[in-house]
Amino acid sequence: MAYSGLSLLSHALTGNKRWPAILSTPDMRSSYDIVIIGAGGHGLATAHYLAANHGITNIAVIESGWIGGGNTARNTTIVRSDYLLNSSFGLKNFALKLWSDLTQDLNFNLMYEPRGYVDLAHSDGELEHFTLRANAMRLRGGDADILTGQALQERVPELDFSGDKRFEISGALVQESGGVVRHDAVAWGFARKASTAGVHIFQNCPATGFETEGGKITAVQTPQGRIACKQAFISVAGASSAVAGMAGINLPLNSINVQAFVTEPVKPALDAVVNYNAGLSYISQTDKGEFVLGGATDGYSSFARRGSFERIEDVLARAVQMFPFLTRLRLMRHWSGTADIPMDGNAIVGRTPIEGLMINAGWGYAGFKATPAVGWCMAELLATGKTPDLIAPFALERFETGAEQDDGGIGPYPWLH
Amino acid sequence: MLLIPCPHCGLRDEGEFTYGGPARTLPALDQDTQVWRDAFFAGQKPPGPMTELWYHTSGCESWIEVTRDTATHDILNSNTPQSKVDTP
Ligand SMILES: Cc1cc2nc3c(=O)[nH]c(=O)nc-3n(C[C@H](O)[C@H](O)[C@H](O)COP(=O)(O)OP(=O)(O)OC[C@H]3O[C@@H](n4cnc5c(N)ncnc54)[C@H](O)[C@@H]3O)c2cc1C
Ligand SMILES: [Zn+2]
Repeated sequence: MAYSGLSLLSHALTGNKRWPAILSTPDMRSSYDIVIIGAGGHGLATAHYLAANHGITNIAVIESGWIGGGNTARNTTIVRSDYLLNSSFGLKNFALKLWSDLTQDLNFNLMYEPRGYVDLAHSDGELEHFTLRANAMRLRGGDADILTGQALQERVPELDFSGDKRFEISGALVQESGGVVRHDAVAWGFARKASTAGVHIFQNCPATGFETEGGKITAVQTPQGRIACKQAFISVAGASSAVAGMAGINLPLNSINVQAFVTEPVKPALDAVVNYNAGLSYISQTDKGEFVLGGATDGYSSFARRGSFERIEDVLARAVQMFPFLTRLRLMRHWSGTADIPMDGNAIVGRTPIEGLMINAGWGYAGFKATPAVGWCMAELLATGKTPDLIAPFALERFETGAEQDDGGIGPYPWLH
Repeated sequence: MLLIPCPHCGLRDEGEFTYGGPARTLPALDQDTQVWRDAFFAGQKPPGPMTELWYHTSGCESWIEVTRDTATHDILNSNTPQSKVDTP
């Protein structure tokens, strides 16, 4: 059933009691062409584009928990493409184009709001580097502006420029097409469309092992039975090292805790996403009026999904530097996710040494924005066997060949990316 | 919040330390690329006890080796560095 103004009205008349379930509940077959492991945004987008772009629907998506229960609905919903490297910019800018039409394509309100992403610089050197990044983006067709002084104050009126700050604001890189997308809707929108096209989605069904024959994938094991397949695709974010480990693949990444915070709701005060770079703290305001805040990782390996106070204090102290009025608000909710961060801080997307087994991992705390682009490209790889140019630089082999994609120039220290 | 037992200074707040990542031993120079790749890039173990390096930045300024459960954050052991140190 298509969602429309008319369907809203007619269901309102029947007390909203007759909405059909979003997902069908099929019986599991003993074999599928493709098994996708992990029903986060990335796995579900891949299922959708396999059906929509390539007509392949003999697919099972298996999820150990519930749809969007991983990092997809734990993130702070920011989408943008302000990256320096061609590889990072290219994939995320393609995603930004897809985000703008996706609500219509999926017939599901993703609430993409290009309200602008404002990345603050705190020294002349940093602003110069931001200018380099902005110019690189513009040369490749992206939108980016450098704002300073009065122009920046007008763009973000609530931003505090006054007083003797430890880290003064020297300017900002602004990407107006950046913004926010309702994250749980992304998971459900892709799931609904894929399920309607005939893809089978199974929640509470973890992958527990892989079967191979002569270096080729033949089946995925689950507690509900063995699923034979021609290809399998691992897309499990925080569980990447564990699931890839079941196939004997040792991924070059560390898992690190990342936190997010939400304040009580107030009237609209901030219409952009603003990021503080002297240490990391970023903030946006939801349509309900709550402020959503996030920051750097907790800084050390962890699977605990439990945040450290150290980081809470750190993120909030920086947020107050930008917007002093925040001191009068209380935090209402706070949670963590396990971020899978590779040695160069960039994602691992494509083939594995096992034929027919593909992987998408290492998006850490920056992969939500790439969701539709990863789905689009992985669907193409699974359907045609050819690696699309946009994901080629993210191949697992790069750690052997020395072709790391280190956007921040930080080095092989995942907890610092 | 971690309370890290520094072998030199006693129990201290995590804020005093800088993380150095999983402890690792470097292979011999004549080993092939695969071995070096694994030594450099594949450091982390599955959830559970892991030995890692911490630097006591706001304390004795020494590298120490801590065994910590990455699933629960329980600290099982701490020592002066035992494995070959390779630090940022
Ligand atoms: C606090 C926080 C803030 C963030 N903020 C942003 C942001 O503002 N912008 C941005 O772009 N990115 C952000 N990110 C990163 C972003 O959330 C992730 O990169 C992205 O959502 C990953 O999507 P995914 O579909 O790969 O993973 P997930 O949504 O985590 O999906 C993976 C799924 O795999 C399932 N799974 C695990 N093990 C198994 C198994 N054995 N078998 C079957 N299924 C399994 C999990 O249950 C999970 O549902 C943030 C992350 C965090 C934690
Ligand atoms: Zn000490």
